[in-house]
Amino acid sequence: MTTAPAKAGWRFRQPSVIPGFGLTLGFSLAYLTLIILIPLSGLVWRSAALGWTDFWAIAVDRRTLNALKISFGTAFLAAAINVVFGTIVAWVLVRYRFPGRRIADAMVDLPFALPTAVAGIALTTLYAPNGWIGQLLMPLGIKVAYTPLGIVIALVFIGLPFVVRTVQPIMEELDREVEEAAATLGANRFQIITRVLFPGLAPAIVTGFSLAFARGVGEYGSVIFIAGNLPFKSEIAPLLIVIRLEEYNYEAATAIAAIMLALSFVMLLVVNLVQTWSRKRYG
Amino acid sequence: MEVRVVNVRKEFERFPALHDVSLDIRSGELIALLGPSGSGKTTLLRLIAGLERPTKGAIFFGEEDASQKSIQERNVGFVFQHYALFRHMTVADNIGFGLKVRHGAARPSAQEIRRRASELLDLVQLSGLEKRYPAQLSGGQRQRVALARAMAIEPKVLLLDEPFGALDAQVRRELRRWLREIHDATGHTTVFVTHDQEEALELADRVVVMSQGRIEQVGSADEIYDTPNSPFVYSFIGESSSLPVKVDNGEIWLADRPVGLQAPHAPSGEALLYFRPHDVELLDGCSGCIAGTVAASRRVAGTRRVELEIGGERQRVEIELPVDHPAAQKSRVAFRPTRWKLFPAS
Repeated sequence: MTTAPAKAGWRFRQPSVIPGFGLTLGFSLAYLTLIILIPLSGLVWRSAALGWTDFWAIAVDRRTLNALKISFGTAFLAAAINVVFGTIVAWVLVRYRFPGRRIADAMVDLPFALPTAVAGIALTTLYAPNGWIGQLLMPLGIKVAYTPLGIVIALVFIGLPFVVRTVQPIMEELDREVEEAAATLGANRFQIITRVLFPGLAPAIVTGFSLAFARGVGEYGSVIFIAGNLPFKSEIAPLLIVIRLEEYNYEAATAIAAIMLALSFVMLLVVNLVQTWSRKRYG
Repeated sequence: MEVRVVNVRKEFERFPALHDVSLDIRSGELIALLGPSGSGKTTLLRLIAGLERPTKGAIFFGEEDASQKSIQERNVGFVFQHYALFRHMTVADNIGFGLKVRHGAARPSAQEIRRRASELLDLVQLSGLEKRYPAQLSGGQRQRVALARAMAIEPKVLLLDEPFGALDAQVRRELRRWLREIHDATGHTTVFVTHDQEEALELADRVVVMSQGRIEQVGSADEIYDTPNSPFVYSFIGESSSLPVKVDNGEIWLADRPVGLQAPHAPSGEALLYFRPHDVELLDGCSGCIAGTVAASRRVAGTRRVELEIGGERQRVEIELPVDHPAAQKSRVAFRPTRWKLFPAS
């Protein structure tokens, strides 16, 4: 075999002398195609059968727009809340040793394990006007169950482990000496957290945010119980899809799904690009 | 700024890391804390910095009791073994950090901070790298940035924890010379920790030898090397051999033979004789000498090291011979230490 002369143009970069690149890449592509790409393209295919005018009509329908707004709005809010409190939870779990720490640590994963419908029913019972927490909030004029606020609470519950579990390992790797260096240079605790620690954690926090957000957008089980599902008010997009399916209106269902898919993909892509950019900078 | 450590004791969860250590550091001095790992040298440095609080005792900066002050108020420059640079900041931002976090009138203008940073970069010979990130620098360059960052706050004391420990031999030597130059130019009181005796002896004005949480000896390189005051210093600094001997009426005996050395002030009884491999004279006959059979011989740079087995106990000692000395080929060699010290047998 003769070695081909180096040709100009686009080539795979040889990653290392250890073999396996071709095999693993081939497997990954086949797997991703089978598991993700084919079902999703089926979705797009199905909604494309609708024709552009009909598709657009469904997309700008007031009910669809409201459902999308509620879905993305509540997911964003819930992810933002989780970023703040999830980071604090991770900090406490990583930095301090206290009795029951391991139990608290294990508890963080519960929202992963619980059937979401159970979570939804439990939260509804608590926050309903006659529930334990609901009856305390009622006199203050705060209604949680059957409002978008209830959706946010359900999504906060669902999304917490995503933030904690992405931030925690990075926090564990924070170098104690970097904090000490900042302290000897005269920085107070607040300055150390905001100027030294936080920038190091930011990429992990952004990842945690995007995971919690993505999960929130797609969440169905826990939300439908607490949301009350009033059209234009507390109806989420996944529920609208189910309603359309039950009406045998498959085209409309797939159209809404395709819109959600596109929006989610764009947002996740942006987050990923931000991450790549910051990783390149700080190494 | 002169620093006084007064009767400092430090325990970590009841385990003592330092026992009643006292040390006076003169203003402008370059001083080394030298010892094996676990000797408490880093603990002492961190106590001076305020990164640890003493269990007992006090640390004075000049006349002020610094042990009552927080790390932030102490105004010390600390350089870590693994640099501890801020990864997300440029070199210039790293150096300027200590000035930027100051409050109110104490904080210089942004322009002044930038000027200071580039001035310090010149001093550490890294001009032009302001915009780089730490990940883009070599180990030696990172450590220079760390030093510049520590000096930016005009510290009262500069503390370095094994500053060259993570670097390769070539860079170490270079940085060592360079640190000495910087110290002479800026005149900061500087304390550095090392386990490398060559580094300590070459670089420092005075060396503090530590072992098991205690200071064994404090002195210049010559004092430490030529007149060690304990078996530990003898064996830790440079090379040495020891032999169990007996003192009888001021005469030193090895087993049943006299060594030919007089120790008029030593109490009679068991003792340990310490000497260095190169502080020996070779003898022909043996009336009052140490004699042994050659067990091993190896070439060390310009000399030859010969390992001898002495007496029935087969105690091993090392002596140094000129490369071409015929004694190295003989099976039996007799010698007498020219410079030596007796310590009570433990």
